[in-house]
Amino acid sequence: MPTAPGSVTPQRFVDDDPTDEVMEIQMGPSHPASHGTIKFNLRLNGETIVDVDVEIGYLHRGFEKMCEQGTWNHVFPYADRLNYASPLLNNVGFALAVEKLAGVTAPERCQYIRVIAGEISRVTDHLTCLGMAANEVGAISAGFYMLEAREFLYDLVEAMTGARLTVTYCRLGGVMRDLPADMGERTRTALHHVRRIVADCDRLLSRNRIFVDRMAGIGMLSQQDAVSFGLTGPLLRATGVPYDVRKAEPYLVYDCIDFAVPTGTRGDNYDRFMVRMAEIEQSMRIIEQALEAIPDGPIMVTDPRFVLPPKQEVYGSIEGLMNHFKLVIEGQRIPPGEVYVATEGGNGELGFYLVSDGSGRPYRVRVRPPSFYGMAALGDMLKGRMVADIIATFGQINMIGGECDH
Amino acid sequence: MTTADLLERVVTLAPAATRVPTEHVRGEAVVVVARDAVLDVLRTVRDHPDTAFEQLSDLTVVDYLGRTPRFEVIYQLYSIGRNHRLRVKVAVGEDDAVVPSVSALWKSALWAEREAWDMFGIRFAGHPDLRRILMYPEFVGHPLRKDYPLLRRQPLVPERDPIAHPWFPRNGASR
Repeated sequence: MPTAPGSVTPQRFVDDDPTDEVMEIQMGPSHPASHGTIKFNLRLNGETIVDVDVEIGYLHRGFEKMCEQGTWNHVFPYADRLNYASPLLNNVGFALAVEKLAGVTAPERCQYIRVIAGEISRVTDHLTCLGMAANEVGAISAGFYMLEAREFLYDLVEAMTGARLTVTYCRLGGVMRDLPADMGERTRTALHHVRRIVADCDRLLSRNRIFVDRMAGIGMLSQQDAVSFGLTGPLLRATGVPYDVRKAEPYLVYDCIDFAVPTGTRGDNYDRFMVRMAEIEQSMRIIEQALEAIPDGPIMVTDPRFVLPPKQEVYGSIEGLMNHFKLVIEGQRIPPGEVYVATEGGNGELGFYLVSDGSGRPYRVRVRPPSFYGMAALGDMLKGRMVADIIATFGQINMIGGECDH
Repeated sequence: MTTADLLERVVTLAPAATRVPTEHVRGEAVVVVARDAVLDVLRTVRDHPDTAFEQLSDLTVVDYLGRTPRFEVIYQLYSIGRNHRLRVKVAVGEDDAVVPSVSALWKSALWAEREAWDMFGIRFAGHPDLRRILMYPEFVGHPLRKDYPLLRRQPLVPERDPIAHPWFPRNGASR
């Protein structure tokens, strides 16, 4: 049948338009693009996120319950495994909390060692976060460059503690062992390489059109919301609040060290990225200053109530043997009380709330994990955005499963 | 402001708050509040410019098994502008383990209260979405209670039907 040109009605193959529907999708819990086991329950309208329910807890190991079973020193290995991208920072944070509870102050050399150890860990944490975040938005080479830089720092950590990840370096009242004799030389070499690689990555990413388009203006959170959600660390500083526990409540020897607190302005993923990049440089400055200023002296207090006696006394005298036995079997008896001690972890305020009932075991150990509160805010950051923004935003929160799920 | 000044100010602003002996808390600023007054006290110290606690750093629970009331709910407050901390403690009994939710005051309480419910079985009246967060919905008991045995086994859970039990409510606003 001939028809006049222009009068054809377009044929529709489907009567109802499926794009009007809200679609429910589960993303995760083991999605190849998310580092960390986490599930997003999404409601999508096309590619726009209508609502997202973030489900955590896939790495819950009962950290707080385990801590109640052993002595105070038994917690240190568990603390390593909270944020396994920066184990030394957790170690230092927990040590400071127990020492406040026990009324002990570590010697000055030990405080410098803890600052050095903590800042090395902060750099590895940031490198892990930024490298993986770059990797996930497609910049694979930059991701591997940053992991290469991390290797130099892991070599330093290995020289200090004997392990790369499971360090268990701190003790109540000090650290396990002194710095290696050639620490200054090793650090200079390592930081030289890290600086070179970070500068390369900066050139690769910071003004890269593809990268900036994926990050700038994405995952924004207002300053007011960020404060209300309990965000701290780089996430809060990216919104322009210069809150850093190291400056607000200086612990260890941070008040003798000159460093800046980088802040952003808009609170989007790009600002979070740039704040972390700037913090890497500040941390390296802290390490260098601390290595300059570190004094000689003991690395452990000599209080027999809390610290194991030297081996010579254990094997040479009955008092030393008894002291050792009581400390190992019964644990350190810390007077009853409770403290909350906040330190600056890799992702923000890492707080420990400890309750002692006077026995040798912790009555309650509560960790305030910074990325738990970051994840709580993730839903609000993503609403109304696109599916592709999930991974970019999630990467900048730097959720570490061990810490977020305890 | 020193700790003593801060405590003085808090007690004046909110007479329902009582100080805790400082040697027990190693010199930190801690007050105890009755359960009925906690919402008012927290709102007062959040909104008054002298205290200005914009952030709820953490919310947790301690189980003092054998003591009555059994639980203590702990609020860790921090003021970024004024740089001071305050800890508020509320005693809650076992039979009536409910406290008013502070999720309307601070959004960080949204997840923190879910965790406290999950781990200790404390309910938060007025919380918009009090589900378990670290454990799965079928989990029996509250693992951080002192009377939860370390090695207790949990029953096997049948597979969940996603149509019958969707992650979101089917109609209306979720959460």
